[in-house]
Amino acid sequence: MAQAVKRSWFYEHRVNVSIVTILVLLYAIFLIGNPDVFTSYNIYRSFMATMPYFGIMALSATLVVTLGEIDLSFPSVLGLSSWVFATVFVETGATNGSFLLAFVACLAVGALAGLGNGLLVTKIGIPSIVATIGTMFLWRGMVNILAEGRGIPLVDLRETVFHPIFVGRLFGEIPAQFIWLIAAAVFFGALYRRHWFGSHVLYVGDNESSARMMGINVDRVKIICFVQLGVCAALAGVILANEVTYFWSTQGEGFLLTTLAAVFVGGTSVFGGRGTVFGTLIGVFIIGSLEAGIVAIGLTGFYVQFIYGLMITVSVTVYAVMMRR
Amino acid sequence: MTTNQHLLSLKGIRKSFGSAEVLRGIDMTIDPGEIVALVGDNGAGKSTLIKIITGVHRPSDGEIYFKGEQITLHSVADSRERGIETVYQERALADQQSLWRNVFAGREIVGPFGLLDVRRQRAETERLLREHMGFTSSAIDIDAEVKMLSGGERQGIAIARALYFNAELIILDEPTMGLSLKEAERVVEFVKGIKHKGKSAIFIDHNIFHVYDVADRFVILDRGRVAGRFLKSELSQEELVRMMIQLHQTGTLN
Repeated sequence: MAQAVKRSWFYEHRVNVSIVTILVLLYAIFLIGNPDVFTSYNIYRSFMATMPYFGIMALSATLVVTLGEIDLSFPSVLGLSSWVFATVFVETGATNGSFLLAFVACLAVGALAGLGNGLLVTKIGIPSIVATIGTMFLWRGMVNILAEGRGIPLVDLRETVFHPIFVGRLFGEIPAQFIWLIAAAVFFGALYRRHWFGSHVLYVGDNESSARMMGINVDRVKIICFVQLGVCAALAGVILANEVTYFWSTQGEGFLLTTLAAVFVGGTSVFGGRGTVFGTLIGVFIIGSLEAGIVAIGLTGFYVQFIYGLMITVSVTVYAVMMRR
Repeated sequence: MTTNQHLLSLKGIRKSFGSAEVLRGIDMTIDPGEIVALVGDNGAGKSTLIKIITGVHRPSDGEIYFKGEQITLHSVADSRERGIETVYQERALADQQSLWRNVFAGREIVGPFGLLDVRRQRAETERLLREHMGFTSSAIDIDAEVKMLSGGERQGIAIARALYFNAELIILDEPTMGLSLKEAERVVEFVKGIKHKGKSAIFIDHNIFHVYDVADRFVILDRGRVAGRFLKSELSQEELVRMMIQLHQTGTLN
């Protein structure tokens, strides 16, 4: 330790510096590739509307990944809780009151599904990747049974006072869901770095047996992490349902890999004990603008997956090399 | 009871796992400011005894007195609450976390809404390293990850942390295992620091030389029984080594 002199700010924040550099480079390419699109506000408004769906879940999943755990079931939880939201809203008369009722029921379902994952992982001892593959199919299967393949029109959501809170346009320009995303980022950032709970999450992810020795309730920390991800999936479901005013039974599918990609591109270690909420937010910006950006600069949609893959592989390689030193 | 002057007193501790009796009636005392070495071969029952003192296992029979009061330890947290702390080599610290997060792990200083008081945690960590470990401020980077530290320094941090939180009895389970000679010597110095603070320690180590250097008293365990107790003044290092070999070969000290 005697050699461990004060390190520079850049070294201290090397992960966040790298991810911001990647974002800047990416936007430089977009701007050069198609200045018309990327100097107009429209594309950013569209990004701000679509990023929060998976962005809020990515921020939340950062905690689970920091534990050294993984959750593959949150898109299915989004589907199930959305079905509950849609059904309760419609069945109780599509009023303001039914919105509230549906909202509470939806979050409760998300919390319960997360609790299920947490209990399977901590009390039964199933590795989270295996447990959540199970619940991923379980909850999606349940949506299929309940919805029987039928969608639920939700245009009445527009008539409620809550609709603008979730997906209104602030000053006519900024999608309300983007405010939710930024609020979630601030909340999770503070929780992660500056709250005792975040400290426990980092410690458990780093060295579980040491955490037990230090009197940290490891099981409780893990369960809370899974529960909050379930709740955030439900919240994302509510936002999505409000934006598209429709429920369909595949709701949430397709968010799995983009969400986890945002977490990993953001610099959170899959081995646990290390991560950054800020990095995840930038990861969300990168992953969320990739598809539109690729098409806008003139490449065909066939390139999208390839460039996703490139971004993820390069960034995780950079982090791995960085951390080895 | 006559346990008043003892910090910890064990009476007739037995522990069975199924039909296997691992501890067969252990009597032992630790006084304040005393370092007691627990020596014995593998399977002697050292680690089981430690786990009973730290609340991991409940004894099948026997009594535990701490500061003269009979206690039942229900959990690790319970024993820590009373001031019994264990320092395990592998499990002591979390590698990727900063020093100040490690020192306050599970015992964070929090302000409103449970937010960390990072400034105080950092300041206290710095003070702790300076006062307990003799680092000068300029040599300390409390934001550095623990993996930057040497093995001996980590043990030192873990011991300093226990002392900071007013541990009365620190249990050191193989603290020098796998360390270089120089690092092991540093650990031994840190252990002596426990004594200087007037606190007690139970020291378990395979290295008889380290044990002899640091301990005031030796309790030799063999197959779940106390095979011998000696003050350091009664026994030279050579005699202790000879005893251990004899015990290993013949199963008796006589």
